[in-house]
Amino acid sequence: MIEINPLVIFFASIFTNNMIMSNFLGMCSFIAVSSEIKTSLSLGQAVTFVLATTSVLNYLVYYLILVPLGLEYMRFIVFIIVIAAFVQLVEMIIERYFETLYYSLGIFLPLITVNCAILGVSLFMIIREYDLIQSFMFGLGSGIGWTLAIVAMAGIRKKIIGAKIPKGLEGAGITLIITGIMALAFLGFSGIVQIQ
Amino acid sequence: MSTIVTTVLTISGITGLLALLLSVANKTIANYGEKKILINGSKELVVEGGDTLLSALIDQKVFIPSACGGKGSCGYCKVTVTQGGGEILATELGYVTPKEREEGVRLSCQCKVREDMQIQIPEELFSVKQYDYHVAFIKDLTPTIKHLRLELPEKEEIEFKAGQYVQILAPKYKGSDEEVYRAYSIASSPMDTKAVELYIGYVKEGKATTYVHNFLKEKMKLTVVGPYGDFFYQDSDREMVMVAIGTGMAPIMSILKYMRSNNIQRKVTFYFGARTAEDLFEMETLEQLQKDLPNFKLVTCLSKPTEKCNWTGEVGRVTDMLQKYLSDASGAEAYLCGSPVMVDSVIPILKDKGMPEEHIYYDKFE
Repeated sequence: MIEINPLVIFFASIFTNNMIMSNFLGMCSFIAVSSEIKTSLSLGQAVTFVLATTSVLNYLVYYLILVPLGLEYMRFIVFIIVIAAFVQLVEMIIERYFETLYYSLGIFLPLITVNCAILGVSLFMIIREYDLIQSFMFGLGSGIGWTLAIVAMAGIRKKIIGAKIPKGLEGAGITLIITGIMALAFLGFSGIVQIQ
Repeated sequence: MSTIVTTVLTISGITGLLALLLSVANKTIANYGEKKILINGSKELVVEGGDTLLSALIDQKVFIPSACGGKGSCGYCKVTVTQGGGEILATELGYVTPKEREEGVRLSCQCKVREDMQIQIPEELFSVKQYDYHVAFIKDLTPTIKHLRLELPEKEEIEFKAGQYVQILAPKYKGSDEEVYRAYSIASSPMDTKAVELYIGYVKEGKATTYVHNFLKEKMKLTVVGPYGDFFYQDSDREMVMVAIGTGMAPIMSILKYMRSNNIQRKVTFYFGARTAEDLFEMETLEQLQKDLPNFKLVTCLSKPTEKCNWTGEVGRVTDMLQKYLSDASGAEAYLCGSPVMVDSVIPILKDKGMPEEHIYYDKFE
């Protein structure tokens, strides 16, 4: 275990170690859904929820099952299966029992089953040897950071809606360029807290 | 050796456990049982719950128009849900106007059947079916418009009203990796129940038109769903004003052929516009119709005739022709067909000439 205050990890994963801006993980839904502020906020919430829960779940699976049996190298496949099954289960439950939640969040769940930011968090927390609390804070913070990035991007895309963009750069192209510039801006946070 | 066994057993165990969990959840949580859908207050369907409304209806052979295949990106599959169906989803908002939203209009490909529902759909959709046609012929009418005749297998028939349209299914081909449905008006007479004829103009990078123009050959099979549309021949004694440009001639042709078959002697004037003489087509058929229908008059105009055209007829747009030849339209009704720009510029002229708005029928080709 390494000695970092979980709160530091929490803030670092929002700003300095943002999943999108510093690791470029979870890009596909980031680019596809960032055209509407409201929709991206809902997707961000779904990602945050799934990240916070699967980081704990995968932590338990890893340290209670894989490590005692010496199967650490199987973590990739196990993590993916756990995430996929968990998301599917949550979707079923929400759709059936929490109607209002389903409309704001549930319809986005299938979109993020295969979001690489989620697998990324589970793998990073193992590599960086976080404990349970740290892992949870890392998952939660990464989710909030992801939400922050996608909502900011949706805001920017709303602003440039009438801009004259060269035809070849419309849509995903200009979004990627903006992401790059945003990543530079996020780099400015790197003095605040640092992990890794 | 033992490591391998443990690995396999553990991973299988974890996966099996999760699979079990999900199967149980699927049987209990996600099992909605049979649900009833009441359509237009009269027809009741029993469907398996949990599916989208669109696929539940298609399973029951009720064909709601849909061009994107349930991805929520075309907005064609609207139905009015009066009971059940829950709230409107974020994925639908872009296609449903605030007024429609009040009426309960939903995209049926997004709305799921999770309780008993009551819906309203246009009555004509009940007669919509899927047909497997084969291509009897493909002819070039102009360099950019093809004339297709599709024939049904023995013993099958299609019933439609003169002026309605069908959707053809363009399969995947080299250069297009998805199946698309596109709508085309029927040009043949509804009396001819064994076949439909279509005029298909080439649209640059259009998936269905490229398929028809470059890949579809005679004798090949083509899936058609239809008929659709609320633009069709109206029974009355009023004088008829018909306006079309380009492939917009198709539904007009169907109406004229229908009138010929039923010996309807209403006064008809058909204003047909094209750019150059090269873009004119089916002129012999219209010629023949003029002979067979004594009260039918054709006004053809070219907007940009060139030297080569050798054109001695009218020059200008259909709107110019209406200004020139149509005097009092208060007792007449109009059938407009073609690009939205044409339709939108013709309607005010007709209203100016005294035609009541409810007698103007149109079909915009987009």
